[in-house]
Amino acid sequence: MAELHWSTIQAAQAMLRRGEVSSVELTQALVERILAVDNDVRAYISLLPEEALAQAEAADRRRSAGDDTPVLGIPLAIKDVLCTQGVSTTCGSRILENFVPPYDATAVARLRAAGAVFLGKTNTDEFAMGSSTEYSAFFTTGNPWDLERVPGGSSGGSAAAVAAGETLGAFGTDTGGSIRQPAAMCGVVGLKPTYGRVSRYGLVAHGSSLDQIGPLTRSVEDAAILLGCIAGHDPLDSTSLDAPVPDYQREMKSGSGLKGMRVGVPQEYFAQGIEAGVETAVRAALDVLADLGAELVHISLPHTQYCIPIYYLIATAEASSNLARYDGVRYGLRVDTPTMWQSYYDTRQAGFGPEVKRRIMLGTYALSAGYYDAYYLKAGQARTLLRRDFERAWEEVDLIACPTSPSVAFKMGQKIDDPLQMYLTDVFTVSLNLVGMCGISIPCGFSDGMPVGLQFMGPALGESTILRAAYAYQQATDWHTRRPPL
Amino acid sequence: MPKLSLEEVEHIAQLARLNLSRAEKDMFRDQLSAILDYADMLNQLDTTGVPPAASALPLRNVMRRDQVRPSLPPQDALANAPDTEADQFRVRAILEQS
Repeated sequence: MAELHWSTIQAAQAMLRRGEVSSVELTQALVERILAVDNDVRAYISLLPEEALAQAEAADRRRSAGDDTPVLGIPLAIKDVLCTQGVSTTCGSRILENFVPPYDATAVARLRAAGAVFLGKTNTDEFAMGSSTEYSAFFTTGNPWDLERVPGGSSGGSAAAVAAGETLGAFGTDTGGSIRQPAAMCGVVGLKPTYGRVSRYGLVAHGSSLDQIGPLTRSVEDAAILLGCIAGHDPLDSTSLDAPVPDYQREMKSGSGLKGMRVGVPQEYFAQGIEAGVETAVRAALDVLADLGAELVHISLPHTQYCIPIYYLIATAEASSNLARYDGVRYGLRVDTPTMWQSYYDTRQAGFGPEVKRRIMLGTYALSAGYYDAYYLKAGQARTLLRRDFERAWEEVDLIACPTSPSVAFKMGQKIDDPLQMYLTDVFTVSLNLVGMCGISIPCGFSDGMPVGLQFMGPALGESTILRAAYAYQQATDWHTRRPPL
Repeated sequence: MPKLSLEEVEHIAQLARLNLSRAEKDMFRDQLSAILDYADMLNQLDTTGVPPAASALPLRNVMRRDQVRPSLPPQDALANAPDTEADQFRVRAILEQS
């Protein structure tokens, strides 16, 4: 039998259903793998081996009683910004270091009800603000392909855990690329659903008009399986969409793959400071799409160059408002002082790290009297123009193909002192969050020995379309089967 | 000349309730100025008559009946509080602000 920790969810499901392996054996194998490599990778903030084994035993009992679900007994990892009842949820921040949520996020609750096994909580940039996990208040995660490089971020812990065989699948969150960019940099699959497709209830808020929860996996099929488990309307999130959830796994395999699909290639996504090795790999992937019967259509998304300023004004404005809740009263750190007033200042000064403070400052400025029109309002208007770019594109094409990130994973420390350079690493991912549409990153080659990601973008609720294209690509290539030398 | 003055940085920090160190004020003045300079490219866009997008997708109001439903028991809601008393959050005096 192949090493269990490298199994896909789909293969593990089949083995569990045939009785060839138990969830306890599977979970044990993952825990052993974590103990063997996580001292080097450092993907997890907290590990839950005992709880996981108890959940695995319960899953095995459910299965022997005749029960079955897509994730029954499947070991998974959860980014540490999703609330888990009774399990610490730090958001990678000192201010929530001792926070133990009294409830589950809806996505977590749905997985728990379906009998999933939770191995632990994964590392993230503080409050999911960052592109490398270097802004985690606790430690930086290593990229399994080269431990001196970052795994991307902010869901870098989840991406690294999947790439290193430390879980069968993981969940992350994507506000400006935080699922897709680390997936690209670690050589795994990462899917950002349409805004509202997955309930945000219990996801610690960053940018409320942008945040979405989604899966990171080692195959497109696994991403389809996990998305189906968490998608769907939730009365506890008024922005969750009341649209039926299709059988993504079936729809992904239906029809004739990429044959006849019109795939837009936006010229602006091959221009802005893209590394030569990334462009070569992505263009080779476009050739494969054409070989598989897709019709490549050159398109333009003319407001692409404005995405970074639009995003960083809107996301920081929303973050500065969301993070006002950390006042040391109801939960989280409190620095005690003789007056309440001073306690706010001292608590927030001590509890937040430099990137979070930087974003709170930028967002507060963009919303403040005298600057609101010039920055926040202007960014909102530009966001409308960006949306029109995409609406025009969907009149011509079924989906869009482009790089996920302009570079492969960079060395730790390389961008940490230059926030603008760090922000520019998100140049190909923030657009989808601003327009609320869906996207997926899949491995499509290597540059400089590091994985390169191919991004498919789809319209609102176009998950089946991007999954079908990504699945067809993976059927014809083997990049997703490469494993790092760990 | 950086876009932001030290006084502006201090004013924003006060609005955001952050007790920044002198070194942080200097750093943020330079970094935020550079980011805002970059963001000035938005001024190239003619947005006359363009409505701002407040959300990613069109939203509608969501209503529900105002009914009593199960909620967190007080001890769970208070479990993470730094200080509590008699089923309430306890804070320092708030009327001593000068």
